[in-house]
Amino acid sequence: MHSHLEAETAFHAALRGQGLPPGVTAVGDLERRFSVYRNTIAHSLSNALAQRFPAVRRIVGAAFFDAAAGVFVRAHPPESPLLHTYGATFPQFLAQFPPAVSLSYLPDVARIEVLRGQAYHAADAAAMSPEAFGRAVGTRPDDTILRLHPALHILMSAYPVVSIWQMNQPDAPSADLVPRAEAALIFRNGTAVNVLPVPDVIARVVTALGDGMPLGDVLARNNPTAITDALSLLLRHGLIVGVNADPKRGSHD
Amino acid sequence: MMQTSHLPPSVGIGFKRAHFDALQASRAALGFLEIHAENYMGDGGPPHAQLTALRQDYALSIHGVGLSIGGAGPLDADHLDRLAVLCRRYEPESFSEHLAWSSHCDAFLNDLLPLPYDDQTLATVCAHIDRLQDVIGRQMLLENPSTYVTFETSTLAETQFLTEIARRTGCGLLLDVNNVFVSCTNHAANPRAYLADFPLDAVREIHLGGHDAEDLPSGPLLIDSHGTAVADPVWSLYAETMARTGPLPTLIEWDNDLPDLTILLEEAARAAAILERPRHALAS
Repeated sequence: MHSHLEAETAFHAALRGQGLPPGVTAVGDLERRFSVYRNTIAHSLSNALAQRFPAVRRIVGAAFFDAAAGVFVRAHPPESPLLHTYGATFPQFLAQFPPAVSLSYLPDVARIEVLRGQAYHAADAAAMSPEAFGRAVGTRPDDTILRLHPALHILMSAYPVVSIWQMNQPDAPSADLVPRAEAALIFRNGTAVNVLPVPDVIARVVTALGDGMPLGDVLARNNPTAITDALSLLLRHGLIVGVNADPKRGSHD
Repeated sequence: MMQTSHLPPSVGIGFKRAHFDALQASRAALGFLEIHAENYMGDGGPPHAQLTALRQDYALSIHGVGLSIGGAGPLDADHLDRLAVLCRRYEPESFSEHLAWSSHCDAFLNDLLPLPYDDQTLATVCAHIDRLQDVIGRQMLLENPSTYVTFETSTLAETQFLTEIARRTGCGLLLDVNNVFVSCTNHAANPRAYLADFPLDAVREIHLGGHDAEDLPSGPLLIDSHGTAVADPVWSLYAETMARTGPLPTLIEWDNDLPDLTILLEEAARAAAILERPRHALAS
């Protein structure tokens, strides 16, 4: 008695191994014919990674990338049919992939590409105008908690990965790299995704605001100029979508 | 009351995001657009903005590639919900999926894999289709697969299997003529005999796509690659089928090595010319 589940399990094991599942047949060249399935899975998933990580691929070269992607695909097959989410753990994989460990900046370049994908598919939200923001903050700025756009992500790296990512865009001019930490805001701009380099301090302020820290607490911990710069940057790019009052403070006036 | 598939009996193309601007500029007169459901399951952003804009102008077919209807295990409830949300959001004229499995336990395999055809798998597939049609509140179309191997344990022909599924569940069928040619060639079978046995009265949509070919000692190996133009023998089978059925909604599928939109529109025009032939002349 061959149950459906047994047949599927054996087929799946053969896809992941070298042998053939029992009970499978063809007019001849069974190994080659069965391998179409194995190859389609490997190639389609490697292609999905190549499309998601074009800068990483450009940095390491197609042959290296395809080899790394092949190892990743076998070790970490997708768990969901939503392939736009596949590869979110590729940066961590690269950080521990022995042939790539000498490229210490590479995982953070991959993180930029993961965040770009997440920004592309994130929920829509209407931006607050500077006027509406001013009215909403009103006379109680310290209690204000910002709601930032769902597509906004912050990348902070100990390496100049924003410059490296920019240099590895199609038609990008070559530039001199300065060894330094870099940060970027990653967000949607119409149908495109922006990677906007920002000073470290701005990235930290935006992170605190995004984590729901009331403006008063952010002010107490940071340079006021950095906060003004961060707010004007967020407003200019439509990244503030609402404000809430800090529930912990309540209304006492 | 289940809503039935109701695409117009004319030619559509698979919509790819790279073609959005060209398609909007061309205002091409197409019977419908088809999208892969899983590409529109993000929360927002350009994919939904583009599809919402296109939906104003075109009939829509949503084509799932990841539900694993032919799998032994239960359907993924989360994925069913996502399909229902997508159908409610875009109210497509048609929803279709494959006679294949693509998930095993927690792994998604990203391929359309074959299953044995017997009473047990028939009951499982029918139960899955009943569940899906219940969740999305509409008739689905089930597509015949392209296969590279067969199962010694199969007791039913693929055409019998599909006939019985359509009879038991009330689903429609999506006849992929390229898949017929690919599978029959791979299994040294006659595609015309396959089509003679196919329950054409249940067909609500046709797919036409390209394949790759390789010569093996045991005979040709055709691979359903969707990366080339439709092959001449597939055009012939298509024309013969339309002579029997009359015009049916027909999709030009091209998923890989994507050409300019104009190439797809030329393929669509070729299909439209066949659809518009007087029915008695179609087979000649």
